[in-house]
Amino acid sequence: MTVLGAAVAQNIFFYVIAAIMVFAAFRVVTTKNVVHAAIFLVMVLAGVGAQFILLAAEFVAATQVLVYIGAVVVLILFGTMLTRAKIGRDVDLTNDYWFVGAVTSVMLFAVMGYSLWDAFESTPLPEDTRIGGVNNTAAVSDSIFGQYLVPFEVISVLLLSALIGAIVIARRD
Amino acid sequence: MDALYLNQFLFLGAILFCIGVYGVLAKRNAVIVLMSVELILNAVNINFVAFGAFWSGQPGGSPISGTVFALFVIAVAAAEVGVGLAIVLLIHRNRKSVDLDDVDLMKG
Repeated sequence: MTVLGAAVAQNIFFYVIAAIMVFAAFRVVTTKNVVHAAIFLVMVLAGVGAQFILLAAEFVAATQVLVYIGAVVVLILFGTMLTRAKIGRDVDLTNDYWFVGAVTSVMLFAVMGYSLWDAFESTPLPEDTRIGGVNNTAAVSDSIFGQYLVPFEVISVLLLSALIGAIVIARRD
Repeated sequence: MDALYLNQFLFLGAILFCIGVYGVLAKRNAVIVLMSVELILNAVNINFVAFGAFWSGQPGGSPISGTVFALFVIAVAAAEVGVGLAIVLLIHRNRKSVDLDDVDLMKG
């Protein structure tokens, strides 16, 4: 009796989570309710975090859940709450030339899919995808405070300027 | 079924990217367009981390760059959503609607 390896479980989880993510992403852009779209976006973001864990990048997965689901989606829901139409006007969320968007999207996927299949046909990922043999948090911290120190500081200044800019744009005076 | 393949993650990223492109082009509500931009950025993040995992087993290349770049993309996306929603709020305050089809003149 053959013993199923860990790769079978990884593949099963990958395909199940990927199917859920693609369905939820499709529902984000086709639902008629903006709040439902935000909840489907939470499903997509959580699925992306799960894929990061499959790729042995647990620090990025934790950051994804904290920053995206914990802050960005809450921000989007606040934006939805503050910009609802006062009178219950039934607004269609899709504009008139949606068909051009659909054709563009399908053609883009055809081009990308062909080039991906042509370039990386059946290229496997290594068994142990940890970088440098240490866990992801150690590798990321060595890199952020070593090789990528300047971009790290620049990101801090960017976040500060975005915070100040958003406050200046949205204040009432 | 004997290993995870690089193409699985790249195709998943490509599908999410194309769905996000459709959302940016075809939706009228500004908040849903911002959500579609988040879909695009997450698709790109999956690509980065998948290539980081791919290069961890090959000689040459810098595998940590993929993961670190994904972290920077997350930070920039958070900043962009903050400023974007501030702009959407200002549009709503001036026009009482966030329908992007109505925002077609440069003059306020």
